[in-house]
Amino acid sequence: MQLTSEEQAMLRGERGAAVKDAIEYLIKVGEFWGAERLVPVTNVHMMGDIEIMGDGGLKWLECTAEKKARCAVNITTNARSFDFPLVERLRQDKGEAAKEKKLIGLLQQMNVSTTDTCINYQTLYQPHLGERVAWGDTGTVIYANSVFGARSNFESGPAAFAAALTRRVPEYGFQLDRHRKGTFVVKLEADLDDLADWGAVGKLVGEPNQSYFQVPVFTGVKRSPSSDELKHLGAALASYGSMGMFHMVGVTPEAPSVEAALGGNTPHSEITIGNAELERLYRGYDLGDGKCDLIVFSGPQLSLWELKDLAERFGERRIRQGTQVFVTSSNGVLSAARKLGYAQKLEAAGATLMEGVCFYILQNLSQMRQRNGWTNMISNSAKIVNIIGAHRFNTILRRTQDCVDIAVEGRLR
Amino acid sequence: MSGALASIDVERAFGETVEGEAVVSEEGFSPRYDLDRWSGVITKPGHKLEGTQIKDKICFFPTAKGGIAAGWAFYDIKCKGIAPKALVFGVTNPVMVQGAVFANMTITEGWSRSPREVIKTGDWVRVDPARRVIELLRRGQP
Repeated sequence: MQLTSEEQAMLRGERGAAVKDAIEYLIKVGEFWGAERLVPVTNVHMMGDIEIMGDGGLKWLECTAEKKARCAVNITTNARSFDFPLVERLRQDKGEAAKEKKLIGLLQQMNVSTTDTCINYQTLYQPHLGERVAWGDTGTVIYANSVFGARSNFESGPAAFAAALTRRVPEYGFQLDRHRKGTFVVKLEADLDDLADWGAVGKLVGEPNQSYFQVPVFTGVKRSPSSDELKHLGAALASYGSMGMFHMVGVTPEAPSVEAALGGNTPHSEITIGNAELERLYRGYDLGDGKCDLIVFSGPQLSLWELKDLAERFGERRIRQGTQVFVTSSNGVLSAARKLGYAQKLEAAGATLMEGVCFYILQNLSQMRQRNGWTNMISNSAKIVNIIGAHRFNTILRRTQDCVDIAVEGRLR
Repeated sequence: MSGALASIDVERAFGETVEGEAVVSEEGFSPRYDLDRWSGVITKPGHKLEGTQIKDKICFFPTAKGGIAAGWAFYDIKCKGIAPKALVFGVTNPVMVQGAVFANMTITEGWSRSPREVIKTGDWVRVDPARRVIELLRRGQP
């Protein structure tokens, strides 16, 4: 790999031990992918929570802090596994909660802004066309690449952190023009009236085309989609298909036409998704034992507009006794929702609002499931329906209004 | 190297040479979606390897699923002593590589022929990243 004089100085340890470790690591990752150089990034978003890092990861972070590591670009954190005021109620492990707090302290000490949100692209930072960033989770990356036309690979916690220490990433994958071209075409004929429908499209397209380097080109979209709709589509494509980019003709910046989006590639297939495909998908969920006492609005965290919509849908209706509804969002969005009264309306309906977390990464979730006797988890998020699998929920995707009705009426349909 | 019953060339590789028992999956893998990260057992209901222990195994997966989590998760399961020895992917994604490099775990991508043609779960195999080759050393118990 070609290194600049500054990068060589980093490698010699002249910018400190933590930077030396970080650049060595980035070079190894880059070499695997055949990267020829490192390129500068302007913004970093990292996953770092105790549920996924464990004691080993926490120890590593402590050692890195001892090396006087300090992030050199603006860096934010993804959703984490505790909303501290709810630890007692959810009977989460207090020892692990203490570790999470310690972890947050270490990150702040190293100049990380612990924003704890997976919707940074809606709330914190919107990169411009061609801007290079180092983001994770996957939903943030696919949104950056597709909707903004910015450039990021899936950057996991250690890789994002190394990028923030060195201000660089290896140039491979979606940092390169050649991987950003469409590889197949998806014709949208469905009405797509609900956020769950957009996620369902992500499942239908992602599942049979599982590959990081598959880039779908959507055509035929009937109207200009909202940020939340593109969020659910992208999150599901990334979750089911491990995909990091899509084009939508006439909507996303690198897709003024099908030809431009394909960039000379011959599409390997063309899929059509109509209303019938979506209905078949919804009907295909196994309803298990029919229980419907857990409804989750999360994964990704909700925007202000999703909270407003949900508050309106519940209105004066009350969640059935024995049913729990969890809604997750960021500190910023929830602060605004409280100021505007949406949060209070949801709480009056009986929903639990959670800040800075995502439901599927809650510490002790498997134990929580067992203690509460939860079997089915119902959600309007196709991503969470997929991702929560290892905790052994039977998951069911339903449209937003159906989720609300199920929560109120207690009848699974 | 002599003695191999069969071999598969890989396109990209990182890590030390390792030997171990193969686990060959028809389905992709994500440590967050599919794996119980406290026991090392694949627990996602319906996964084709549901109930399989991956500790110290050489795991063959056609694809990578999801997720950013693998970046920390491989290091975590290595610290817990339940990590596989190597991950062999048909097609992987950056996170799996970032995670494996961070945990100093052997990882490869791309194969000259499908492992399912030549290797069965339980067979003893060697992964040699420097030579970019996977070798079948002996058959497992039938």
